Amino acid sequence: MSEELKVRTKTLNFGPQHPSSHGVLRMVLELDGELVKRVEPHVGQLHRGTEKLIEHKTYTQNIPFFDRLDYVAPINYEHAWVLAAEKLLQLEIPERAKYIRVLFLELSRISRHIFALGAQAMDAGAMTPMIWGFESREQIMEFFEATTGARMHMNYFRVGGVALDLPLGLTEKINTWTYKFEKDFKDAMDLVVDNRIFKQRSVDIGKVDKTQALDFGFTGPNLRASGVAWDLRKAQPYEIYDKLDFDIVVGTHGDAYDRFLVRIGEVAQSIKIIRQCILHMPAGAVKTENYKFTSPKRADMKESMEALIHHFKFYSEGFHVPAGEVYMPVETPTGEFGVYLVSQGKNKPYRAKLRSNGLAHLQAIKQIGVGYQLADLPSILGSLDMVFGEIDR
Amino acid sequence: MPSYYIPSEKKSQQQEELLAALQAKFADSLVESAIVSGEVAITIKKESVLAVFKELRDNAKFLFKQLMDIVAIDYPERDERFEVVYLLLSLDNNLRLRVKINIAEEFIVDSLSSIYSNSDWLEREVYDMFGIYFGEHKDLRRILTDFGFEGSPLRKDFPLSGFVEVEFNEELQRVVYKPVELNQAYREFTSENPWMGEAQVDTFNYLNKKAKAD
Repeated sequence: MSEELKVRTKTLNFGPQHPSSHGVLRMVLELDGELVKRVEPHVGQLHRGTEKLIEHKTYTQNIPFFDRLDYVAPINYEHAWVLAAEKLLQLEIPERAKYIRVLFLELSRISRHIFALGAQAMDAGAMTPMIWGFESREQIMEFFEATTGARMHMNYFRVGGVALDLPLGLTEKINTWTYKFEKDFKDAMDLVVDNRIFKQRSVDIGKVDKTQALDFGFTGPNLRASGVAWDLRKAQPYEIYDKLDFDIVVGTHGDAYDRFLVRIGEVAQSIKIIRQCILHMPAGAVKTENYKFTSPKRADMKESMEALIHHFKFYSEGFHVPAGEVYMPVETPTGEFGVYLVSQGKNKPYRAKLRSNGLAHLQAIKQIGVGYQLADLPSILGSLDMVFGEIDR
Repeated sequence: MPSYYIPSEKKSQQQEELLAALQAKFADSLVESAIVSGEVAITIKKESVLAVFKELRDNAKFLFKQLMDIVAIDYPERDERFEVVYLLLSLDNNLRLRVKINIAEEFIVDSLSSIYSNSDWLEREVYDMFGIYFGEHKDLRRILTDFGFEGSPLRKDFPLSGFVEVEFNEELQRVVYKPVELNQAYREFTSENPWMGEAQVDTFNYLNKKAKAD
């Protein structure tokens, strides 16, 4: 064989419509046989201009946009928005609303992790965990549907609390469900965790060490899998997370397998949080009674003119947020999502920048995807766990 | 395993210390520094970006090892039109920091790619959305917008509808671009109070005045 032939590489287009690219991702790969020599991801195929749209809507009208960022865990993203507005307004919300929020956030986190774990297993060739997991995801969505009427894009959190109270008996149902779910989840995960084929496809694949992870801007389970015990729920707690008892799940090797295990561990912690929320949930209002910021009760509107005016003003003009700038990060199932909100005292934001965690994770694939086989690339992508609604915004 | 949590009383003291350390270290490149809504925010001279960030990452007092995001904000009425905000996070100290620069349209900002490797795509996004240039950036291309897109969509003078729309052309059997045609005018509700009186129509000024008076 001549010297020239030895160095010839092949360029391959991975995506934009590839089943294991988790959405619309196009990667231009340079291959030397089966070995990946260069990865060039192209994003933006799902760009909808959310940041521009936000500037033209009131604070309440903007909440549904956040459902459509990470469409697998929508409610965690709404949360960042309402928290950012509340921080600028310096608005205190009722205790019950905080508990309901955390309950929903953790349910959503579980459903997100089920999806991520199933998808990663499927990228490595195992189909059953995905399908079994979807049964549990469906049950979680039924809880969401019972409360809000929507299964995924709930538009449930409001500045000043949540839109509606939980239906009677739902918390007991969720509590009973957690025990059933623990078993179902264990069954599904036992299929892959010690499976030889799955291990061969994920152990020591896509390794990221501590320094690299920090340099790439990793957050969430991906950072924790590299051995950094950083969780915003613990480190910079919001809502009631400082009162709850849960642990940070940390990996050691930072490979695809560790990221898988960290997510499994986090599901168990979320169940723990859900049970505590249900146990300690106080009675009371679910949104602030300052009707400048929330809608008054319908019954009041029949009697009180004040309530009628508040209702009209709330749904037409919205509320004005004092001038200022604030950055509000939250720990979503995939990592740190933050809203940088600039207000000029109007009823619409002047500028809102959405900090995407997937963008940082995907960007790193340029370095961490190189040197592995082509077949390992979907496994790495799956382990990094990204959703393109949130990357492209 | 280190625990990163810091109680809120200690936190504000820690932030004061950081602010003092920043003021001492960057005396000549600092324009403004304050604690804004519970976060340390500094404004630095636009030429000193590289030197400041290198120090912020490596100095044992700061250790801001993570660049979370780069935010650009457009204020068309200002001489230095853009505000670029770097959001930093220090895991070791559990602190966040905002570093701001004010730049005019044609100014070329130093790229941070030699300091934080994830600044690559963040800077590309700012370039894509605002048309701000980053010098020494190896691969400054558009990232989120369409192939062949023109303009800077997040500038305030760019309309929400954009300038072009796409449709499938039966004759050519492909997707073509054409100027935007709105069947109904876009309704921009200002919803300012017309009855509040001349001086208070601009709520921004009104609230600002009020805040100063308080």
